[in-house]
Amino acid sequence: MNDARFLPKQAKRKRAGAIFQAVCLVSIGFSIAVLAILIVDVSRDGLRWLSWDFLSRYPSRIPARAGIKSAILGSLWMMALTAGISFPLGVGAAIYLEEYAPRNWFTRLLQTNISNLAGVPSIVYGILGLAIFVRFFGFGRSVLAGAATLALLILPVVIIASQEALKAVPNSLREASYGVGATKWQTIRYQVLPVALPGILTGTILSLSRAIGETAPLIMIGALTFIAFAPTSPMDPFTVLPIQIFNWTAKPQADFHDLAAGAIIVLLVVLLVMNAAAIVLRNRYQKRF
Amino acid sequence: MSHREAALTTPSGPGGASAGDPRSATPLDLGHRASRRWGERVIALVLFGCGLISVLTTVGIVVVLVTESAGFFREVPIAEFLTGTRWSPMYSEQHFGILPLLNGTLLIAAGSMLIALPVGLTSAIYLSEYASPKVRGIIKPVLEVLAGIPTVVYGYFALTFVTPFIRMVFPGTGIFNAASGAIVVGIMIIPMVASLSEDALNAVPLSLREAAYGLGATKFEVSTRVVVPAALSGIVASFILAISRAIGETMAVTLAAGATPRMTLNLLESIQTMTAYIVQVSLGETPHGTLEYKTIFAVGLVLFLITLAMNLLSQRITRRFREEYE
Repeated sequence: MNDARFLPKQAKRKRAGAIFQAVCLVSIGFSIAVLAILIVDVSRDGLRWLSWDFLSRYPSRIPARAGIKSAILGSLWMMALTAGISFPLGVGAAIYLEEYAPRNWFTRLLQTNISNLAGVPSIVYGILGLAIFVRFFGFGRSVLAGAATLALLILPVVIIASQEALKAVPNSLREASYGVGATKWQTIRYQVLPVALPGILTGTILSLSRAIGETAPLIMIGALTFIAFAPTSPMDPFTVLPIQIFNWTAKPQADFHDLAAGAIIVLLVVLLVMNAAAIVLRNRYQKRF
Repeated sequence: MSHREAALTTPSGPGGASAGDPRSATPLDLGHRASRRWGERVIALVLFGCGLISVLTTVGIVVVLVTESAGFFREVPIAEFLTGTRWSPMYSEQHFGILPLLNGTLLIAAGSMLIALPVGLTSAIYLSEYASPKVRGIIKPVLEVLAGIPTVVYGYFALTFVTPFIRMVFPGTGIFNAASGAIVVGIMIIPMVASLSEDALNAVPLSLREAAYGLGATKFEVSTRVVVPAALSGIVASFILAISRAIGETMAVTLAAGATPRMTLNLLESIQTMTAYIVQVSLGETPHGTLEYKTIFAVGLVLFLITLAMNLLSQRITRRFREEYE
């Protein structure tokens, strides 16, 4: 019998614990440091390019004259159309799944399918958009084709977020509505949706902020990288901020890298504003039951 | 939405209007019930249609990838595609072996996991077991911001910061190298691993920890020998999802890792991933309908199948091996 096995060895164990805690702290510090370095790296290169001219000029082959007007306008078009397509479809699907769907194999299939779609790489959506929207439907390399592709890409996220918001609405509200004689749709339209709306909007804005940063699917459907005009209809060719950033980053000249950094700052500010809007919406209007 | 508005838009509804509105105190109007029931049916059908879109998306992806790849496999045998070690569809001497692209993809995935898994998991343990609410309040938003940064920005970061750094440490490394891509892909996946693993750790009931403390275990022992094993299925599921995301990641590896399909395990060499190849072809002038063009569908199909398999595996692990505590 070896009594050494029962020694508490407290000092050693405490030291192991301290080392582990230090390792965890280093991990956390790593993420924070990376974020800080990334922001410094981008600002150092890009801040001096930021000016009204940079925002209001079209791209140019000469770095000093280049701007991101067409990219900003393209991104705005893209955001509006993507939201217009994905919001009604996503909320509709979520209402069906939460309020109407029977508990059977088909509903389970729908639900599994949605969570699997959320894991499909974005470039595969690009291939789908290229084959279906650009060629089969004949939208061409247009804003509409891009928006339809991005809408399908973020649809699973919009659906899942909307479902969460609908789930959070207490059943007593529905029962009270049925109790005074409302139909199913009246109950949803006048009782459930108003309560769930802040949650739904928060989820939609967050998924739109993902769409606004997407590059690969839009390259697939053929968004042009050099566009010196603003789209005026959904059928026009377009470029967006991430594609402009990609284009400039891929060039060997350092001046274009700095332009990319300038565009990145604009893109990050847009994303920050969208995220802030989502958080404000969540905190201000969300009711807890 | 107020009752007044409800009353205005549905004048025929006996239920919607009657609540507290004296003007609508008319006898029940049963005449419109049939039309109302029809309206309800149409709405249910429309909503069902919205749900169906997601199924159509999956069907669309499968049909597009399979039919276009079928055209490719009529000209290139599947065996050659799956076992060939040279990939050069754009050269005069064409080779269609996907292994170099697969090699590049897996090299990036493996390299990025060296960063994402340990950092993500230890961050999760810290957040769930050690951090005070105040510290969590700082760290969680940082991770959310990192998760929200577009991948093309990580690509810029790789080229302008990570690559010069690597070239400083390992002189002679090319501008495009797998290491730079792997590092930024690893960084961008940390938040996902951290957040999913933390959820799994949080789901472990407090009583397990208390029992371990009662036996005299230190915090370190409780965390690593009780909580982590109890949450293992969720942690493993998050790891698999992370690998799947690294395999599907496109922009950062397109910008940083190069365009040289190559069988190598050297992270300092230029490589090409499946995703980067697809981007390269779609940026080029390859005409639609040619064999070269069809390669993107065949490569896309392989990419889709791999990520789908990993996502399904991750779901199965969460469902199968979850330890239920009550």
